[in-house]
Amino acid sequence: MFRSTISLTTRRQLAASIARHPTALPSVSLLTRSFSATRAFRDDTDDTVAKTSLHTLTEDEQMMREMVSRFAVDVVQPKVSEMDEAEKMDPAIIKGLFDNGLMGVETPAEFSGAEASFLSAILVIEELARIDPSISVLCDVHNTLVNTVFRHYASDHLKQKYLPLLATEKLGCFCLSEAGSGSDAFALQTRAELKGDHYVINGSKMWITNSGEADIFLVFATVDPSKGYKGITCFVVERDMGVTIAKKEKKLGIRASSTCQLSFDDMRVPVENVVGEVGKGYKIAIEILNEGRIGIAAQMLGLAQGAFDTAMPYMFQRKQFGSFIGDFQAMQHQYAQIAVEIEAARLLTYNAARLKEEGKPFIKEAAMAKLYASQVAERASSKAVEWMGGVGFTRDVPAEKFYRDCKIGAIYEGTSNIQLQTIAKLLAKDYRE
Amino acid sequence: MSSGLRILVGVKRVVDSAVKVRVNSTQTGVETANVKHSMNPFDEIAVEEAIRLREKQKGNDKIQEIIALSCGPAKAQETLRTALAMGADRAIHVKTDEMLEPLSVAKLFSRIISEEKPNLVILGKQAIDDDSNQTGQMLAGLLNWPQATFASKVDIKDNSSLEVVREVDGGLETVTSSLPAIVTTDLRLNEPRYASLPNIMKAKKKPLKTISPADLGVDIKARLQTIKVTEPPKRQGGTVVDSVDELLNKLRNEAKVL
Ligand SMILES: Cc1cc2nc3c(=O)[nH]c(=O)nc-3n(C[C@H](O)[C@H](O)[C@H](O)COP(=O)(O)OP(=O)(O)OC[C@H]3O[C@@H](n4cnc5c(N)ncnc54)[C@H](O)[C@@H]3O)c2cc1C
Repeated sequence: MFRSTISLTTRRQLAASIARHPTALPSVSLLTRSFSATRAFRDDTDDTVAKTSLHTLTEDEQMMREMVSRFAVDVVQPKVSEMDEAEKMDPAIIKGLFDNGLMGVETPAEFSGAEASFLSAILVIEELARIDPSISVLCDVHNTLVNTVFRHYASDHLKQKYLPLLATEKLGCFCLSEAGSGSDAFALQTRAELKGDHYVINGSKMWITNSGEADIFLVFATVDPSKGYKGITCFVVERDMGVTIAKKEKKLGIRASSTCQLSFDDMRVPVENVVGEVGKGYKIAIEILNEGRIGIAAQMLGLAQGAFDTAMPYMFQRKQFGSFIGDFQAMQHQYAQIAVEIEAARLLTYNAARLKEEGKPFIKEAAMAKLYASQVAERASSKAVEWMGGVGFTRDVPAEKFYRDCKIGAIYEGTSNIQLQTIAKLLAKDYRE
Repeated sequence: MSSGLRILVGVKRVVDSAVKVRVNSTQTGVETANVKHSMNPFDEIAVEEAIRLREKQKGNDKIQEIIALSCGPAKAQETLRTALAMGADRAIHVKTDEMLEPLSVAKLFSRIISEEKPNLVILGKQAIDDDSNQTGQMLAGLLNWPQATFASKVDIKDNSSLEVVREVDGGLETVTSSLPAIVTTDLRLNEPRYASLPNIMKAKKKPLKTISPADLGVDIKARLQTIKVTEPPKRQGGTVVDSVDELLNKLRNEAKVL
């Protein structure tokens, strides 16, 4: 309706100004245009906050990063190749994660956790992935999905019962996907029927990370298929309530991380094990995966850095045609390019994490970070293999493993298409009239 | 004094052992700007030993308190936080931007020790940056306390005696002494733990006191002057000789070792 009030000259001026300022996007109405000019910026000024770069960490975040980096190099690295070949996680490493407090990063101290920041968890995941993306995803799922569901949605009873166990000894997993419901997660079929003081759960799950070693399962099931997604409910299930591993997948990458199909056959779960409200499981899943993506971004970022750090020293050891291969301009431009991309992925990831910590909207930024970090991981690890020539193609160096491991980043916790869709949807909302 | 023993450990912030050190452009020392630093590895062993003693000792021999002490610039506080995160109870930072020689450090320590009155002082045998291996010995001299250097095993008995196994050329030497005493750590004494995440968070709340050399009345003026720091000469590639005669010839006439 504003459109009709704008004279032809105004329109011409507008068109000219839009051409000069391509960021002031193609809205024709005067009112919308003045809004859209500000839309490029977030409304989050805060004069009380010290100006810092995204590389500025708090002292404890810095100490944690150094500690995890040492743990990864001293304890994890010697086992990486063996675990990958055997497609099995070493229980001693899982125990090491628990003993050093890496499995309850954000868990409050009263529940035996470290009570550290979300960015701390992100740094832990990144540092582990530099050495082994498999151990990294184990820690990621446990912290950013399982612990967070308990912290945000569980009753005090469930928190008291499970958070200390999850921080000190019992591994958790997050069971949403099924054979028929992947990207379309809410088409899930697993049924939960109320029988007195118990729910009886029947159905099966697919692709469940950590399920090979886990004791605590967050299971999404519907209490009433006729209600569609509004029937979906989240349950805490212990392994001995009746979780059966139907099959362990053999995979391209992150082979030490267990991914299994699960089946539930008349599994009885007490009513008090419902997390949050009955029928609100879909909301839990959406919200958790929104922030969980920042964890996957961190895993992919660490992977990219790990691949880069593997190949770079070789550049200045290997000579061909009388010079170090790293001194050929064609190589220089490639590693400079990858370094820029890794830095960009890091900034996207840390920024999404800080936005979340500050309680600001972060969904778009999280999706951007996950999408881009997984793309950078793929390019960096691919280049790392190439830069090391034949050596890079062998299993004697970890470059080929990073290359195999990177591919999962474009699939789990929302495929790349789904990330793009999320980003697009949020963008369109800003610009659509 | 209440029952139980008190241990003071020294911790120094040094260039991380994994960093390739480079001589600075003015040839007065090594490049330290934008270089990763961490706790001197021998000091980590010292902190670890203090914590292990606390975990081991019971009753009258109980360790009542572990105090970490560092002398150095503002950033030395990070090293103290690490000691606190590993398990020390409180920290003292003698803050100075001056280059400290072992004698100055020993004097600063002796002043703090006369106030804090610990029963045992554990230091690294040396810092990996200057490799002096002097502070512990000088401190023992200044305090007139017994010392057990290069420790590979430490035991406290009956609240008053110390038994230390030392690594010496050709084997192990076991010495006993009374307390208070100075111990310096060798590499094989223990394997330091990681500071766990919860302990890193708790370390923030532990007390850290800052004090200056002037407050302690210690003159830290350097006694030594560094003339020049240079990199070691580049290693020359070896040559392959064809015969024993040629080898002998080279050893005799080029290397002049025969
Ligand atoms: C190693 C591994 C670990 C996993 N861990 C877990 C876990 O712990 N818990 C859990 O619940 N799940 C887990 N998953 C499941 C994972 O989240 C799903 O695989 C993922 O969501 C994709 O679902 P899908 O495999 O059914 O693929 P599909 O959804 O069938 O997708 C196939 C292709 O179609 C595209 N596509 C689908 N829908 C659209 C659309 N609307 N528009 C455009 N393109 C579309 C996708 O992008 C993809 O390229 C894991 C998967 C793997 C492989």
